[in-house]
Formats: sequence, C-alpha cells, structure tokens
Amino acid sequence: MAAYILRRLWQMLPTMAGVIVLVFVLFNWVGGDPAYLLAGKMADEAAIANIRAQLGIDQPLWVQLGIFLKQILTFDFGNAWSTGEPVSHIIASRLGPSLTVLVPLTLLETFFGIALALAIAFVRGSLTDRAVMVACTVGMSISILVYIIVFQYVFAYQWGLFPVQGWGNSLGENLLRYALLPIIIGLAVSIAPTLRLYRSFVLDEVNQDYVRTARAKGLGERRIVWVHVLRNAAIPIITHVMANLPALLIGAFLLERFFGIPGIGREVILAVERSDFPVIKAITVYVAAATMVFNLLADVLYQAVDPRVQLK
Amino acid sequence: MNGMTNHAASPGLWALAWRRLRADRIAMVALAVVGLFLLMLVLSASGVIAADWEYEVAVNYAPPTFVGANPALAALAQPQRPTPPNAFDPLAEELEALKREVGRTHAPVAKAETLPFGADKWGHDILKKTIKGGETSIVVGLVAAFVAVALGTLFGAISGFYGGIVDDVFNWFYSIFTSIPSILMILTVAAVLQQKGVTTIVLILGLTGWTGPYRLIRAEYIKHKAREYVMAADAIGASSWRKMFSHIFPNVSHVALVQVSILVVGFIKAEVILSFLGFGVPVGTVSWGSMLNEAQNELILGKWWQLAAAASAMALLVTAFSLFTDALRDALDPKLK
Repeated sequence: MAAYILRRLWQMLPTMAGVIVLVFVLFNWVGGDPAYLLAGKMADEAAIANIRAQLGIDQPLWVQLGIFLKQILTFDFGNAWSTGEPVSHIIASRLGPSLTVLVPLTLLETFFGIALALAIAFVRGSLTDRAVMVACTVGMSISILVYIIVFQYVFAYQWGLFPVQGWGNSLGENLLRYALLPIIIGLAVSIAPTLRLYRSFVLDEVNQDYVRTARAKGLGERRIVWVHVLRNAAIPIITHVMANLPALLIGAFLLERFFGIPGIGREVILAVERSDFPVIKAITVYVAAATMVFNLLADVLYQAVDPRVQLK
Repeated sequence: MNGMTNHAASPGLWALAWRRLRADRIAMVALAVVGLFLLMLVLSASGVIAADWEYEVAVNYAPPTFVGANPALAALAQPQRPTPPNAFDPLAEELEALKREVGRTHAPVAKAETLPFGADKWGHDILKKTIKGGETSIVVGLVAAFVAVALGTLFGAISGFYGGIVDDVFNWFYSIFTSIPSILMILTVAAVLQQKGVTTIVLILGLTGWTGPYRLIRAEYIKHKAREYVMAADAIGASSWRKMFSHIFPNVSHVALVQVSILVVGFIKAEVILSFLGFGVPVGTVSWGSMLNEAQNELILGKWWQLAAAASAMALLVTAFSLFTDALRDALDPKLK
C-alpha cells in the first residue's frame, strides 16, 4: 500500500511540472509585462524598471521559473498586488468559509443523489422514471445564475427567511445562518446532474447476476438495493465525488460572490477582476495539486470499498 | 459480375442513425426547436430581424402588454418636449446645432407604453434583445465547440494513430489540462488575455475544452488503426495523414459529432456565466449572460421580464439541445446507453 502511494506520488511529478510550466508560460509570456499594469497611468521609466526588478522579471526566463518554483515550494507567493495581503494568508483564511459551504453541500448532495437514484432504480422504465429524467434535463438546462438570482430574491429578499448576504465570525453562526441558502441553492442546482449520473451507475448493477441470486435466496428488495447494489455502485460514485471536490472549491464561486462569502472562489473572481496575478497563480497551482491528491485518495478508497481491487 | 448490381445498397451508419432518430418523437421535437433557434440566429445575423434592437422604442422599463401599462410612466411616453433654452448656457449655440442634427435623423417619436414582452432600462424591446443576445451566445457555443472538437480530434488522431512517445507526450498534456478544473482554467486564461471580445471567449473555451473529445477520439483511433481497411490502405501506399483523415476519420466522425453537441450546451452555459461576470462579451454587445447581469438589479425593482425572457429562451434551447444530443448518441451508437 505504502509502496503504491509512493509510486503514485512519484508519477505525479511530471504532471505537476507541466502544470507549473503551463501557468508560468501563461503569466510570464502570454500575459505581457505586469510592470505597466502595476505602475499605473503616470509611470516613468525608473518606476517601471524598479517594479520589474522587484518582481524579478528583468531576469532571464529560467531564473524567473526558478523564482516561481521556490514560491510554490515555500508557500510564499509574496503579497497580493491589489491589497498587499500575503497570498499565503489569503488562501489560508479563505479556505474555511469555502469548506463551510462545500462540506455540507457535498455530503447532502451525495446522500440525496444516492437515495433518489436507488429509489428511481426501483421503478426503472416506468412513467415516474421518465418524468423524473425529463425534469432533470429541464432542471439542468436552467442556468445556475437564474437559480441563484431567483432563490436569493424570493427566499431572502422577499420572504426574509435567510439573510440576503453576509458572513459571521463563528462556525455555528455561519453554518446555520449564512451558509444555509447557498447550500440549498447548490443542492437544487446539482441534484439533477448527480441523480442522472448515479442512476446510470445503479442501472449498470441491477441486472447483474448477484442481484438475481440475492432475490432468489429471498432477500427483501430494500436490502438488495441498499446493501448489495449500493456497495457495487459505490466505486464510480466515489470517483465522481472525489474528482469533483477540488473543482467545487472554485465552482462555488458564483454562490460565494452572490452571498458575500469570503471563500476561495470569490477570491479567484476578485483576482481576475483586479489582474492580481500572484493570487491566481498560487490558487491554480495548489488546486491542481489538490486534484491529483484527491484522485489518488479515490483510488485508495476503492480498496476499502471493494476488497477485489488490488493496488499494485 | 452482374449479380453485384442487384444487391440493394445496405444503408450506411448515417442513414440508419437518421432512421432511428426519426422514430424518436422527443428527438424530432427537440430537433425542430433547435432548428428554429438556428433559423432565428441566421435571420438575426443577416439583419432581417432584431437589427433595430438598440432603438429606444418604449418608455424605460415598459411592462409586457399582458401586464398592462404602468400609469406612472405615461408621461414619459409623450414625445419629449425640448427643454426651454438656458440664457446663461455658454454652449447654447453648439447644443442647438447638435439638436438640429439629431432632429434631422431621429424624429421625436411617441414611445410605446407597453411592448409584447416589455422593455429594459433604456426602452429596448426585450424580445429583440433576447434574439440578439441569443445570436451571440449560440454563435460562441457553436464556434467554440467546433474549435474544441477540431483540436481534440487532431490531437486524439495523432496520439492514437502513432502511439509510442507521441502518445505519451499528448497524454502528458491531457493530464496537465485535466488536473486544473475547467472553470479555473477558463478564468485564468481570461485573466491573462485581458481583453474582452467574442473571439476571446471562443478561444478561451475552445482551447480549454479539447480534453473530452481527445480522450474519446484517441481511444477510437487506437481501436481502428489495427483494422483491416487501414492495413489495406497501408498496402496501397496511403500516407499516414491520408489514413488518419480520409480512411479512419469518417468511421469515427459520429463520436466527434456527439462531442460537438455535448460541448455546445456546456459552452453556452459557460459563456452566459463569463459574460455575467463581465469577463465575456464587451460592452455594447448583448448576450444572454449580460442580460442576466442587468436583470439581477432589475428584479429588485420588480421588473422581472428581462430575467424571464433570457432565462426561458436559454432553458428552452438547452433543454432541446440536450434531449437531441441524448437521442443522437443513442441513434449513432446503439450499444452505448
């Protein structure tokens, strides 16, 4: 097991190197000279030269790449250009609010997705099944923007059930007061695609021989579905959940922006608006690393779920 | 030899797929809806309809006809009387000249108090604006999807056909692009490019969206390159390029087509979000995303019609397109469900 994990980590290196080079090329070559951006409108030659020296962009490219590597390894990206806040502090302090929304959202989404998919698999091919699938297609085709705008307007602004936006200081207050509506909207948006996907995973299993065997030996349908089928459908579900987690960190940016939640996603949007390159660079590199680690975690989890899986 | 001509030509993949599609009633309805949107797109792009969407034909926020006119806005509907001249205005003469100039081209017209589906802040007809916005969003979705699938097909074909070190290099690229979540990739490229424009969004979406088609097309090429017809082509001395694109590609093009239609839906949604955030279409170009951006503030004033128009037009198109894509995939590949 340890050997497997080590080997996988070793295999990540070329990909990680590629991500670093890609980000470097995007920002240092395609992106143009940030000194003009930073110096403002009334810049003179000396000021621009000074900024370039500070950023290290008067150095040859390979030295700059070395600086970038050092920044990644030491978690020290310097200060954000727009606010002067250290980038490492930005990431550390924005992670909490993001997770406050994302962890409950992912748990609820997975739970409801599995429960509904198993329930639908009971009545596969029936009118209910087809109606739910059509409803899912329609639900998926409405933009997430519309969900957020309408839910925020109706539930928070008109009916006053939730705060329109804001963020508190304690976890309990945030979770029970400010994060509730964003979580509900996130569920409403994600349940349709999740259900469609999980239903296909479950349907792959329900015609297998072991299901027939379980029926033949007299097991109840409930037990067959929740114990036998679920355990077998768990592998693609784990893949889906794990692969989606890092993407969700960014993907929740619309929720965070609308509800004023100081999370990672909102920080990315702000950084793009302000051309705050260090923040975007840092977040991109670390999210890519997180994606790879979570893929590895998913593979390790397979073995816990399915003893037939051999990790070599 | 004579017997050969008596064989009924067996229907090809496309004829069979079309026959299966025809039998699927939902698919045909969806196709009709998509066709209507495309027709609207062509008419709007060629200036036959909605060319005058920027004329301020109604009072600000004129409600839809079925809601009824807003009495508070009635005064605005009259042709605006010129303001009395200000004796102390140093620019009076220039303004007078400008007014005469404007008066020659734009005669003061009575503004409508209601429109079939209302008006926005400036009195633009929402229906025409939705059509024009749809033009932008659909064009971006279609072109970006073709760019992405063309790139994915090219990379996938080279990677799958040659194998070996070429394949390794492309797989390395693939793993790099897939380890960065697509929305983060899009935002990063948007931050770097620093310029708004329809071409920029198409490039951003196209250059970041090739990974899905790449994986599928590569798998198809690996499967096909060992088939007999490719060996036959090899035997008659066809070049690699010719084998890849005139022999194999027609046999895997259905995969590419399904990928195009899947990506169109995803890209239309992505364009709407990008334009909503202000990283998409430039000021002065209308898209469904920029309409939703305006609608967000209008809703608090109780002016829901722009939101409803943009949201339902988009939902209708995307639903129809998704249903059609599902049916198309089933029709082209009956094994895949």
